[in-house]
Amino acid sequence: MIPSAFDYQRAGSIAEAIALKQGAEGDARFIAGGHSLIPLMKLRLAEPSLLIDISGIPGLSGVSEDGGRVSIGALTTHAELESDSVLLASAPVVAEAAGEIGDQQVRNRGTIGGSLAHADPASDLPAVVVALDASIHIAGAGGERTVAAGDFFSGLFEVDLAEDELITSVSFDAPSQAAYAKLRHPASHFAIVGVAASLTVEGGVCTGARVAVTGASTHAQRLGAVEEALTGSSLDDDAIAAASAAADVDDVNADLAGSEEYRQAMTRVFTGRAIAAAAAR
Amino acid sequence: MTMQATPGQLVGQRVRRREDPRLVKGRGSYVDDMKLPGMLHLAFKRSDVAHGIIRSIDTSAAEAMPGVELVLTGAQLAEIIPPMPVATPFPAPDHHAVTPDRVRYVGEPIAVVVATDRFLAADAADVIEVDIEELPAVIDPERAANGDPAVIHEAFENNLAVPFAPAGTGVNPETLEVEDESALNEAFENADVVVSQRMFSQRLVPNAMEPRGVIARFEPGNDELTVWSTTQNPHIARTLLAAILGMGQHQVRVIAPDVGGGFGSKINVYGEDFAAAAISRDIGRPVKWIEDRSEAFMTTIHGRDVIGYIDLAATGEGKVTAVKMRLIADIGAYEMVLTAAIPTLVAFMISGVYDIPVVRAELTEVFTNKMPTDAYRGAGRPEGIYFLERAMDMLASELGMDPADVRRVNFIQPDQFPYTTAGGMVYDSGEYERLLDQALENAGWEQMKADRDAARAEGRIVGLGMSFYTEICGFGPSAAMPTVGLWEHASVSVERDGKVRASSGASSHGQGHETTFAQMLADDLGIPMDDISIIHGDTGQVREGTGTFGSRSQVVGGTALLMASGKVKDKMRVFAAQMLETQPGDLSFSDGMIGPTGQEDTGVAFAEVAGFAYIPIPLPPDTEPGLSEEAFWEPEGFTWPFGCYITQVEIDRDTGELELQRFVGVDDCGNVINPLIVAGQIHGGIAQGVGQALTEEAVYDEGSGQLLTASFMDYQIPRARDFPRFELDHTVTPSPLNPMGVKGIGEAGTIGSTPSIVNAAVDALSGHGVEHIDMMLRPEKLWRLIQGGDA
Ligand SMILES: Cc1cc2nc3c(=O)[nH]c(=O)nc-3n(C[C@H](O)[C@H](O)[C@H](O)COP(=O)(O)OP(=O)(O)OC[C@H]3O[C@@H](n4cnc5c(N)ncnc54)[C@H](O)[C@@H]3O)c2cc1C
Repeated sequence: MIPSAFDYQRAGSIAEAIALKQGAEGDARFIAGGHSLIPLMKLRLAEPSLLIDISGIPGLSGVSEDGGRVSIGALTTHAELESDSVLLASAPVVAEAAGEIGDQQVRNRGTIGGSLAHADPASDLPAVVVALDASIHIAGAGGERTVAAGDFFSGLFEVDLAEDELITSVSFDAPSQAAYAKLRHPASHFAIVGVAASLTVEGGVCTGARVAVTGASTHAQRLGAVEEALTGSSLDDDAIAAASAAADVDDVNADLAGSEEYRQAMTRVFTGRAIAAAAAR
Repeated sequence: MTMQATPGQLVGQRVRRREDPRLVKGRGSYVDDMKLPGMLHLAFKRSDVAHGIIRSIDTSAAEAMPGVELVLTGAQLAEIIPPMPVATPFPAPDHHAVTPDRVRYVGEPIAVVVATDRFLAADAADVIEVDIEELPAVIDPERAANGDPAVIHEAFENNLAVPFAPAGTGVNPETLEVEDESALNEAFENADVVVSQRMFSQRLVPNAMEPRGVIARFEPGNDELTVWSTTQNPHIARTLLAAILGMGQHQVRVIAPDVGGGFGSKINVYGEDFAAAAISRDIGRPVKWIEDRSEAFMTTIHGRDVIGYIDLAATGEGKVTAVKMRLIADIGAYEMVLTAAIPTLVAFMISGVYDIPVVRAELTEVFTNKMPTDAYRGAGRPEGIYFLERAMDMLASELGMDPADVRRVNFIQPDQFPYTTAGGMVYDSGEYERLLDQALENAGWEQMKADRDAARAEGRIVGLGMSFYTEICGFGPSAAMPTVGLWEHASVSVERDGKVRASSGASSHGQGHETTFAQMLADDLGIPMDDISIIHGDTGQVREGTGTFGSRSQVVGGTALLMASGKVKDKMRVFAAQMLETQPGDLSFSDGMIGPTGQEDTGVAFAEVAGFAYIPIPLPPDTEPGLSEEAFWEPEGFTWPFGCYITQVEIDRDTGELELQRFVGVDDCGNVINPLIVAGQIHGGIAQGVGQALTEEAVYDEGSGQLLTASFMDYQIPRARDFPRFELDHTVTPSPLNPMGVKGIGEAGTIGSTPSIVNAAVDALSGHGVEHIDMMLRPEKLWRLIQGGDA
């Protein structure tokens, strides 16, 4: 519970953060809210020699909307997401999922950028950004690039992000109907299983569906069979039941909070709940 | 509310806790707040394997770090202090503060670093290299009891701690020979119904808000050792520290400043405490060690971990004719101060609130490669009551009886008190049926049942649970703990200005002694509470004491205070009588005055008498000047509070998540000094008892012996949002064993709530063919039962 010694520097800009990182000897790490990194440091599972604090970089925080495109700065905290008026109006699913994270203290510190970069297999927001088909905006020494959320997460704590790159923001088209449903770990409140569903409905028929799960496996991923089953359906109870029954993940996690079998079953249950909630929006 | 209390101006009132403004505003003073000049810091190198032989330790890298003053291995420390003591009368394996040769649980100290700051000490401990030859981890107690897969202490064959038998439960405690079994056999042969079930009261982590900590300061100039410790019982700590260090008790002072909870885990004196004291003496400088939360999970005692094979024989009308419990306690790797004694309390509870003619308990204590167990809130009584109250519900369902009725027909009746159980326990007082009726009425039991049935008809999984507990409180007399004694000490001094300093050997670590004791004395002395200060937690200021545990502070400590107060009053009467030219026997205390009974206001002011006592001209004959008296009080026997908890739960069919929807409780702890504090104790107790039922379990990995639930990310203590409003009430059946008629309430909620919740969950799933579920009631377990599988 006592981290090993480290140096600490505050970055005033994205460029400075990247320069500090590139100039650092040993294991330098960016730190935002610190609520994933510091617990690891306290257990000495991470022993960075330098922390580069990005939390004071101006312009990386807050939510905006322009012509139906919503943009969230990487440093926006979960608590800010939870109560943001733009999100509550245009993409309540994000506020809903952020409000389910951890406890109040965690939400006050943790950031969306940190959550996506860290990519804990049980974190909530990855499922949401995948379901929303969000773009993840990244800055590095060589300039800026954008990755589709669906391509960003690739494995256990594995993301498409180089050592010296920073997530700067996340953007997505405001969904028409989306919801998040989660089975919380009783102790940590992380997702044992969390499912985000985003639906497009025209004349009572589902014309498009993106459904993503977190917690169940190594990383957040789409539930393709569910999406297929939903598309063209009328979203009535039977259709939802049939679609959620199609939910299936590989490499299912297992721990004291849930065996493989339980997580598979809960993926189906919460898929059903997320779709039903989205359909009702 | 049917609240009653002994008459008085303050006793019985909801007086706010005097200590709270200090504690909640961050103005308390805890061990870690203290910094002494020249103080060094300790960190322990701990085992990361469960079982093994230490082949070598390399401390050179640690020693080379600037600021590291000293590194001691277990073997080196063993040269300056002997193995640690136990306070139980049974043989125990050697248990060193820091292990010299072998590791027996994950987290066991292997070496200790002394450095100029805490962070440096931790870094240095990190670079100590230890080579351990691993042995198989012994985790399952029932396998362990056959020496499988390994033997942990060579002197204890098959990992069995010395076998012993609790008095009066069918095995002769002296000879360990099985007494006549014919009555037992006959009861089971003639029974209309027999209920048999293996149950498990799982291992728990106490999780006091403040972890453990110690500062030891040996002063070479005068050979005195002062130890600041997060202890619940500074005097016992003093006695044990002096013994192990080979010092006189007059040379050792133990101070417990504000202590942030203990739940029994801080009764024990730990290896870190002995090591700190020995090291400070060795190097002549103060040293400090503060436990971190990971250490608290792994290396502060755990609670419970008892398997019970329960058999209950009864007639067709539900009258219980015999109970048998075969108990297997997994006590972990060593014996701590009270480890071996705690499971005996399980056996003491075998009769609960019922008039059962024949009982029998067999107890086996088994060593495993886990943190030792010891007293944790309830200590033995939660396990016993859980086993019995589950079995009573199983009996009810076997016979198709209402759970209330099956309890009612078995209650010990009011005219049977004092009641001696078949196991030899003597209950002081009780009126169970009255309390049951109160609980049923408050709950609206008939309506609850109708609502449950209606909910079930809609396909919802709803269940009702009931439990009826009694428990052992007011720990004393001394015969119950012959190695330490179980009296309490108190002193009351009236200062020259009429203000009062009172001390108690009971040592609050959150309970509120500063309030309840002052309330009681204010009424007794007829002065305002604000004129009284309560001193506890310092062997330098409180002459003697036993401590705060086993719900004994008000019962035993409170009575000792009242006795000391009585002695002071007797003396004040002598001075006042001289001042008033009357007889001492006619004088009473009220509203700051001492005067003729009923007309105290015509007498003389309390403060004036106090002043006169210190300048007594002329001194009354045969009287010493001054007003300072002390008392030791030894109780005659235990006190036995009781209560009934009715709960309603609903289980989510899809996920197995359980919602606690109602909690109706009626407790009887005798007379109530402060209803606010009693409610607080019950609330906290219920929370911990519900935690055991629903969310808490310390799990060690079978293969590796690692503690899998070693943080709050994995081990869930319940949160406020997990509870409905508690609907609480009281009946009052005073104890005849002390002048205040109090019984103790610190552990009741924990003891009564657990079985009620499990009973409710079993009731909810009864339609799925479920007869019993082992705790904790993980959602997945319940989901599997709903799916029709095994938990
Ligand atoms: C008790 C507790 C409960 C929690 N419960 C939940 C929960 O229920 N659901 C959930 O989803 N999460 C939960 N979390 C995690 C929490 O949401 C974290 O705050 C979040 O995952 C990480 O955000 P952060 O800003 O704190 O990141 P940090 O800890 O500061 O950083 C995490 C990692 O991301 C990197 N990083 C941070 N920001 C950036 C960036 N902009 N660009 C590139 N790399 C970056 C860091 O270098 C580091 O490697 C919990 C945490 C705790 C302590």
